[in-house]
Amino acid sequence: MSLSPEQVRQVAQLARLQLNPEQVEPYARQLSNILEMVSRLSSAQTADVAPMAHPLEMTQRLRIDTVSEPNRRDDYQAIAPEVQDGLYLVPKVIE
Amino acid sequence: MTLHKLSIKQLADGLRGKQFSARELTQHYLGRIAAHDKDLNSFITVTPERALAQADAADAVLAQGDGATLTGIPLAQKDIFCTTGVRTSCGSKMLDQFVAPYDATIVQKLDAAGMVMLGKANMDEFAMGSSNETSYYGPVKNPWDVTRVPGGSSGGSVASVAAGLAPIATATDTGGSIRQPAALTNLTGIKPTYGRVSRYGMIAFASSLDQAGVVARSAEDAAYVLQAMSGFDPKDSTSIERPVDDLVSGLNQSIKGLRIGLPSEYFADGLAPGVRERIEQAIDVFKQLGATFSEVSLPNSPLSVPTYYVVAPAEASSNLARFDGVRYGHRAEGAKTLEELYKRSRGEGFGAEVQRRIMIGTYVLSHGYYDAYYLQAQKVRRLIYDDFKRAFEHVDLVLGPTATDVAFKLGAKTDDPVAMYLNDIYTIAANLAGIPAMSLSCGFVEGLPVGLQLMGNFFDEARMLNAAHQYQQATDFHTQWPKEFES
Repeated sequence: MSLSPEQVRQVAQLARLQLNPEQVEPYARQLSNILEMVSRLSSAQTADVAPMAHPLEMTQRLRIDTVSEPNRRDDYQAIAPEVQDGLYLVPKVIE
Repeated sequence: MTLHKLSIKQLADGLRGKQFSARELTQHYLGRIAAHDKDLNSFITVTPERALAQADAADAVLAQGDGATLTGIPLAQKDIFCTTGVRTSCGSKMLDQFVAPYDATIVQKLDAAGMVMLGKANMDEFAMGSSNETSYYGPVKNPWDVTRVPGGSSGGSVASVAAGLAPIATATDTGGSIRQPAALTNLTGIKPTYGRVSRYGMIAFASSLDQAGVVARSAEDAAYVLQAMSGFDPKDSTSIERPVDDLVSGLNQSIKGLRIGLPSEYFADGLAPGVRERIEQAIDVFKQLGATFSEVSLPNSPLSVPTYYVVAPAEASSNLARFDGVRYGHRAEGAKTLEELYKRSRGEGFGAEVQRRIMIGTYVLSHGYYDAYYLQAQKVRRLIYDDFKRAFEHVDLVLGPTATDVAFKLGAKTDDPVAMYLNDIYTIAANLAGIPAMSLSCGFVEGLPVGLQLMGNFFDEARMLNAAHQYQQATDFHTQWPKEFES
């Protein structure tokens, strides 16, 4: 399994990563090597095996539906790169 | 003064006996950091004011005759744990300016136990690495040979403890990030059972694998601090509601009759001959202590590295989607559109290893590849888990090497990600299965430390620490110091 530079650009687009053009070629080579190493997984016999997402046999806990967290909007906004009037600022999305 | 050579128990006794105060102890360590850390780069942030305030508070408690063993004992916190008022960088440019608005649960717990935080330890970026060379703040050096890596991702934690710049440090382990660096620096490092220590406020890498623990100079030191970190936390949805065993009181028990399994797969080709020799000598010591050995088989363990490099990047690509340049973290300047803001903030904020893993994760989760990679990896993960379940029907612990070889040279593997990933060949399976595992020093090859790994059944931390402590009573490898940092 190998990834072409074009495929690397596609994956980077899906992951919202801006790559420097000179990074694409080494990434293609390195990611291909990783996928090559990973491809050994196909040798395992897994027809009747249930996928394991998590090491613990546990179900999600439930809690009483009451307010447990104080409102800390100001604290959270204080660490944001750009805010105004309690809102997060981003470039204009709708024309 | 050789305060830095005392164990936690000895430090606690010294504080109670008024041989020194918590302030003096903290100043001693801050002085050592100032003198030595330029050679190691083990701290990203040193916090002298916070440390001295905590030390004074500890002295006030001690003066009343109150407090417990950890009151006034300094430590280094890995820079992956959120700390109010102190930058938490996770080794990344992305979080270079990030000051968390809350404390991680383990930070709260260790603060409440009276411990004194000296600073935030260096680490591989977002804990992705096995050599501590992916940190935005530069590589960490191994105190045993500063031209070599300390291992990773908890490289700053181990270097600070191995050089006596902190008596103990917190660390995290997703695929070996506590055990492999502990092995490379002559320390004792323990990753407890998944869910035993809260992940709240610990910046996520791969949520089904990440677990916090400690690196220490002995199993006894590790037991004291792991005890204080462990326990149920309602703020972590994967935290286990189960009382914590007493990790300290059983340390002195005999291990006569302890059944230890040796997996043949962990002694196959690829293990350096010098390391194999040290492990075999350690097995003889355990035999003299009364342990019995038998062979066990973990037939799927050769697939643990490929399984991990699907599961961990998949979870990482999802977890790291939160870094968008909007709510916190690095934000690119002058982006014209929202998409450009995301892409440039992430392209500028993440280093190459993090970008590689995000891309691998994105790829294996994408349409058309999901079944072949991600689902297949989850199935093999169960096979690996079942191997351990079968083994623990016959033995109490599994023993093997922690790493294939001693510490390698800085830069030796930075251009070859796959070679770097194979460092974790013996450590990853425990994370996939969720079982506890630890590394302890078992000798040296040409002056460089060798690590021995013990793996236990779920929640068997006390038994592992007991075995490690008994081994350390019979040997003195863990008391050796790197010469340059001894006095």
